[in-house]
Amino acid sequence: MAPETTQGETNHFRRIVYIWIALSVVADLLFWFLVGPHVPPGRMTSSAQGDQLDFNILFVIGLPVLIGVWEWLAYAAFNWNAKKKDAPESVGGPKAWGNKRTEVSWIIVTSVVVVCLACFGIVELVVLQGAGGGEGPNPIWYPHGAIQAETAALAGTGTWSPNSNDVLPVQVIAQQWKFTYRYPTFGGFESPELILPDDTSIAFNVTSLDVIHSFWAYQLEVKADANPLENNVAFTRTQQLGNFVVRCSELCGLWHGAMFNYGTVVSQAAFEKWATATEAANAANTKDLPPFAWTYVPDANGAAGGYYPDGNVTPYSPVEIYGAKQPS
Amino acid sequence: MTISAERPTEVNDMGDGPPDFIAQPKLRRHGLLGQHLGTAIIGGFLGYILGHWLGNYIASGYPYIANSGQNSIAVLLALALMVLGWLIGIGALNYPFAKMLGREAKGEVEYQGWTRYFRYNLDHKVVGIQYVVGVLVFFFTGGLLAMAIRTELLNPTVHVFSADTYIKIVSEHGTIMMMMASSVVVGPLGNYFVPLMIGARRMAFPRIEAFSFWIFSAGYLVIFSALFFGGFPTGWTGYAPLQTQAGPGMISYLFGFAIISIGMMAAGFNLAVTIINYRAPGMTWSRVPIFVWSIIATAALLTLASPVLLAAGLFGILDKTVQTAFYVTEHGGSSYLWENLFWFFGHPEVYIMALPGFGIVGEILPVFARKPLFAYRIAAAGMIGVALLSFFVWQHHLFQSGINPDMRPLFMLTTELISIPTGFIFLVGMGTLYKARIRYEVPMLFCMAVYFNFLIGGVSGVFLSDVPVNVTVHGGFFVLSHFHYTIMGGLIFAFFAGLYFWLPKMTGKKMNKKLGLWHFWTMFVFFNLTFFPMFIIGLLGQPRRVFTYAKNLQTLNDFSSISAFLLGASFLIFVANIMWSQFISPEKSPANPWDSLGLEWQTATPIPIYNFERIPVIMTDPYHYSEPGAPALADFGQATMAASASPPSSSTSADQ
Amino acid sequence: MSKGGRLAVVLVAFLVVAGLVVFGVAQLLVPGVPGGVVNFTDTQAAGQPVHLTVQTVGSIGFGNHPTWVSYLVKNPHTGKWDHDTSWELPANTVIDMTVYQYDSGSPLRNQEWGQVQGTIGRDATLNGKSFKVYDSYTGNGVGHTFAIPALNLSVPMVGVAGNPCAVAPCHFNSPHNIETFSFKTPGPGSYNWQCFVPCALGYLFGNGGAMSTQNYMGGELEVVAS
Repeated sequence: MAPETTQGETNHFRRIVYIWIALSVVADLLFWFLVGPHVPPGRMTSSAQGDQLDFNILFVIGLPVLIGVWEWLAYAAFNWNAKKKDAPESVGGPKAWGNKRTEVSWIIVTSVVVVCLACFGIVELVVLQGAGGGEGPNPIWYPHGAIQAETAALAGTGTWSPNSNDVLPVQVIAQQWKFTYRYPTFGGFESPELILPDDTSIAFNVTSLDVIHSFWAYQLEVKADANPLENNVAFTRTQQLGNFVVRCSELCGLWHGAMFNYGTVVSQAAFEKWATATEAANAANTKDLPPFAWTYVPDANGAAGGYYPDGNVTPYSPVEIYGAKQPS
Repeated sequence: MTISAERPTEVNDMGDGPPDFIAQPKLRRHGLLGQHLGTAIIGGFLGYILGHWLGNYIASGYPYIANSGQNSIAVLLALALMVLGWLIGIGALNYPFAKMLGREAKGEVEYQGWTRYFRYNLDHKVVGIQYVVGVLVFFFTGGLLAMAIRTELLNPTVHVFSADTYIKIVSEHGTIMMMMASSVVVGPLGNYFVPLMIGARRMAFPRIEAFSFWIFSAGYLVIFSALFFGGFPTGWTGYAPLQTQAGPGMISYLFGFAIISIGMMAAGFNLAVTIINYRAPGMTWSRVPIFVWSIIATAALLTLASPVLLAAGLFGILDKTVQTAFYVTEHGGSSYLWENLFWFFGHPEVYIMALPGFGIVGEILPVFARKPLFAYRIAAAGMIGVALLSFFVWQHHLFQSGINPDMRPLFMLTTELISIPTGFIFLVGMGTLYKARIRYEVPMLFCMAVYFNFLIGGVSGVFLSDVPVNVTVHGGFFVLSHFHYTIMGGLIFAFFAGLYFWLPKMTGKKMNKKLGLWHFWTMFVFFNLTFFPMFIIGLLGQPRRVFTYAKNLQTLNDFSSISAFLLGASFLIFVANIMWSQFISPEKSPANPWDSLGLEWQTATPIPIYNFERIPVIMTDPYHYSEPGAPALADFGQATMAASASPPSSSTSADQ
Repeated sequence: MSKGGRLAVVLVAFLVVAGLVVFGVAQLLVPGVPGGVVNFTDTQAAGQPVHLTVQTVGSIGFGNHPTWVSYLVKNPHTGKWDHDTSWELPANTVIDMTVYQYDSGSPLRNQEWGQVQGTIGRDATLNGKSFKVYDSYTGNGVGHTFAIPALNLSVPMVGVAGNPCAVAPCHFNSPHNIETFSFKTPGPGSYNWQCFVPCALGYLFGNGGAMSTQNYMGGELEVVAS
């Protein structure tokens, strides 16, 4: 490790470093320009684009680390092989026990890199308004207007119209084994389809009716766990038209592997058309749905209710939401 | 032999005569008499029957049990009494029972002959061998299930297994492998070599040590029993409330983890106490072999993290049997509670599965590089640093869960900080290899593979710690590949390095080098071909634990599956090697086949029952390679004891 | 012992152990769908609608889990009720489905499933009367839904009062509702169907048990090219 060598002897350390720099620069450039722009999940939303940038930056820093260690291993493996004819004796003694300069510089360099990466990640998390990840019920990083839109949605007074730059709240209800979606700004209708308008900030409010699921809209780069009685909010901003896939990414039982559906980002006008049409078509069912809320509690009654259901109907239900009314 | 220091007189108090834990060793063969594996099986069987009957007697009328037709209480009692019967049958409870009754316990008999491996034996070397067999049984069972997983994933839509069978296989594979990995090095190699390396005659608590193995093996029976009860659908993470909703197979998971965590605590604090208190005179902290440093760091994690798992498992058992609601949000519990408790254990557990691997690599590298371990203090500090930091990172498993979202920056930072002490291990390895004279024996190849694989695992870990990137890679094949690179690519490769390195000492017989090379190269190549594509599969959007996936990912999945089958086949080469070189055509190994300076190689072969006739006095640390005139490692008091106490030179004689 | 002898002993021991392990694991893993697959591809001329008749029962009364709720299917070849939820159907074909609902009901966990979705005409008939939405807070509530998530198909199965039928297959004399609806199968592939009413008694919130086990409240549609 010690770089000091006598005249005429190969300076292995220097040679390794030169090779390393050359290889790293080439590999990084190749990655950044050839692979980088195609790194999943693409650029369909602001969070996806941010993720791609983060991934590429991490890769450009990680690649030299990989190359450095591998090159070192390979160099050592070939050059200091005991079977080689002119292999020199290895040197023991204090020189081989350690080298303060090397050790200190290693610690400083790795620490600086790591702390910089952490700071970069934190900045990105804030700038990307949670980066599409679930932020719990009280997000502290959110797009402009999100709080007003969410508050209005809960009060039943929320609206969304094209070209208004409104944040669109969408509720994701996970249940074994399907996601359904409620649109509080369109009368609170519920649908198994997820259609989103382009160029709009979306607030996903993710909750579950039973076990823990995870709502993962892959191309949108949104992922938020669905917990019972929790509203897990995630934000993103759509910026491209197209289809995306939604998968459950937390093991949720038997049909976990089949818990997926496809969604579409459409133009704002087309979205409004679809939403109003679906609102009308589902009106008969929407009036039977519970009022829009962030979370829903199961009914205490019947074959489908209660803690451990016993099939009996009790006259008392502790809560007023999903299924609280009695069959008459 | 040069004696360069006066023997301190107090050594004689410890060193002369057999230790007092067995004043009169009776070295006799017992054949099939007495207590052994057979009586343990009988005890376990009777306990199972009794527990099952008791459970049905008590609880079959409970409304939820009558309605569901599945009696979790009967399963719990059956398993609990099975474990108890197993322990009674093997004789683990003879001593505590006698003491509790106020009687003087009969000293356990030191058996000789092959039957001692099937008994409750207090010799750490016997327990070490028992653990080798135990973890291999765990490992191959889990591996077989992995083959089943990859078979199902050959096709995105055509299914070999039904959906419920597939989930069952995935869950069982993950849980068995995690249980195995938490003991895979600490159990066999830690128990066997820590006393030899620190110059001790035994472990601090030999009964606790034997107990830790027999409870570990009972854990195997318990977790395997899940298959009889219909399996469990939660994966190894066992998230509630899916856990609360599942059938009685879940009891096997919860109770199995509780059992295993008791074994982990027992093994952990025993090793810690041994290392702290049983070091030979002169074995100062700066002379302790690096493997021992890794074991004491691991032991601290085992002792401090496992109780959390035990508590979490007991809560889950209560939820499932008597309907408490620790994890049921609607009834005052929290689905987040299990996630928090589980990962509070789970992340230290991850380093329980990494540190011993670092230790093995640090121990073996100097032997084959013929150089001292570079920056020994940094290596030790790195291990302690990793162990400490590992308690402060657990919520990085929960970045998208909605738990404590405002703390994500902190957990991002702590997670990335942990790569600093992990990086020390790479500094040490690279420094040791610099201008070395490397001999490519099988253990050395495995060690270099650990560096290769663990680097990929570590760098991908930095991606996972970055919250924006984590949104995509969390819960997918990317993270799956990441932890297979660290656990299998790191720990399991290191375990095999350790086995090839130390088996000649443990059994006195050589391993076949040709078969070893075949094993290494097939395992190394197919491991990487299996798991590297999974990074890409994950980035392309395949979540974990699914039986259907996007059609465009079939090529990559098939590639990975076929490599996985070949990876599985590579272990057949290992099995063949063990059979051939240990049983069919054994060849006596030289006393110190690798020319190691380690204290463990300076004992006689086979190692006498108390390891050292006299406790050695340690003169220096064991890494004076290529240093002519270096002091002898230890003073053994008598020349008869040591095979060779003078340090071998770095001469080519090592190459034969 | 000679080398050959040791070789033989070790090999035999290995084969015995490996054989036992593989056999044991295989025994535990294979039985996913005990009944096999009921074949509907050859019951009618190509392109003609397939008639598929099923019944639901509150507790099946036999087998490993006699207390569990389950579906049974009328085997088109034997005319008998089979306890089997894996059906082989021709692709791109209309399936005329008839459900005899012998099970009780309750309010839905999610009233979204009270709406008929994904069927031809987006409706179904209940005892001969067409309906599009069923309010699960009325009448006897909804017992089950027949749902194929991948097709966005879901039909609520309206409950009857109590569970008079104790052992499957239930007799026509027991109170029941008859529902019919039609849907078109997609291209070839494997599609799962399930129930969205957490109806497994004794399990947390009614999920788990019959809901989480194939052959009770869910199964596979093996759609093959016709």
